[in-house]
Amino acid sequence: MLKFYTKRCKGCGICAHFCPRGVLEITELNKSAIVPGKENDCISCGQCEMRCPDYAIFVKKEGA
Amino acid sequence: MKSMEELVNEYFRPNRLPHLWCPGCGNGVVLGALLKAIDAEGLAKDDVAVISGIGCSSRASGYVDFNTGNTLHGRALPISTGLKMARPDLNVITLSGDGDCSAIGGNHLIHAARRNIGLTLVVFNNSIYGMTGGQYSPLTPQGARATTAPYLTIEPSFDILALAEAAGATFTARATTYHVPILVDVLRKGIRHEGFSIIEAVTGCPTNFGRQNKLAAPAMMMEWQKEHGVMKAAWDKMDPAQREGKFPIGVLSERTDLKEYTKAYDEIIERAQSGKEAASA
Ligand SMILES: Cc1ncc(C[n+]2csc(CCOP(=O)(O)OP(=O)(O)O)c2C)c(N)n1
Ligand code: SF4
Ligand code: SF4
Repeated sequence: MLKFYTKRCKGCGICAHFCPRGVLEITELNKSAIVPGKENDCISCGQCEMRCPDYAIFVKKEGA
Repeated sequence: MKSMEELVNEYFRPNRLPHLWCPGCGNGVVLGALLKAIDAEGLAKDDVAVISGIGCSSRASGYVDFNTGNTLHGRALPISTGLKMARPDLNVITLSGDGDCSAIGGNHLIHAARRNIGLTLVVFNNSIYGMTGGQYSPLTPQGARATTAPYLTIEPSFDILALAEAAGATFTARATTYHVPILVDVLRKGIRHEGFSIIEAVTGCPTNFGRQNKLAAPAMMMEWQKEHGVMKAAWDKMDPAQREGKFPIGVLSERTDLKEYTKAYDEIIERAQSGKEAASA
């Protein structure tokens, strides 16, 4: 499950670029968000969280 | 193992986010890796001092809840040295930009390394002076564009780890903001190392380096790191032609046979005190 801290996000696009499943996009408001229809595609790999320079996206492992 | 969200909540001072670094600036990744390393090493907040110089990267010290000092341009190491001499029990972590550390502070770097004083120096190498608008530093790659080199730099750059090792540093390592787990690993090892350790964190400044050098997209700066950083074990097997333009990552040198400076100084104190007693006897 993805958790966004939208106020911290600067829309740099690093998370969307490194997501192996194309789950993320940068919206017109310059914020990271889930691509409509891809809500269930996240595999919790943590690539986005690991390289987000702004601590604006976190991955919660299921059951954790 | 705490999650990154927990680490941010625990170690960031309240109300400091969003931080002031530009969109896509890698400094936040380096600082996050440092928090992971400090936490994994189990260090208490009060036992850690984070001392920085001046620059965008040096703002990092002000965000985190340790004993901190955002000091003078180029002078992070002398101030860290004084602190370590007064409080050898502290884990002193020094943060410095490539300009801070290799230009105005270059002399301090070689002497801190020569003394083998037990500091952990983290160099945020974004290849440029970020804060002042993109002037080239001694670590800017030759042939790059900078505001002070509109026709491209003609100066060869330092390999800051080779420089520090030659000067006496007993632990040298490098990683990038693409290679986060390796960055955390070398930070942990550098913190644990007793003598002078230097960790070069290769990071992107999309605003002042990227835009001038056809790497404006932050993710592309990380892709560049991915392509050019080579694990030391693989690097050691490469010939000079294969190494061209690339750089090794991981722990590059480590030695434990040399005395750490505050330990050597303890012996001086002991000698001086026993001498005084002998003289007065
Ligand atoms: C004595 C002194 N000289 C010059 C400056 C101006 N100055 C501030 S930051 C900086 C360079 C910063 O570059 P770097 O150390 O690479 O850090 P970055 O901003 O890229 O993180 C300079 C020259 C200063 N603050 N003090
Ligand atoms: S990497 Fe972080 S700051 Fe950048 S767009 Fe994604 S969530 Fe936002
Ligand atoms: S100018 Fe460069 S180093 Fe400074 S905050 Fe912006 S991206 Fe980061």
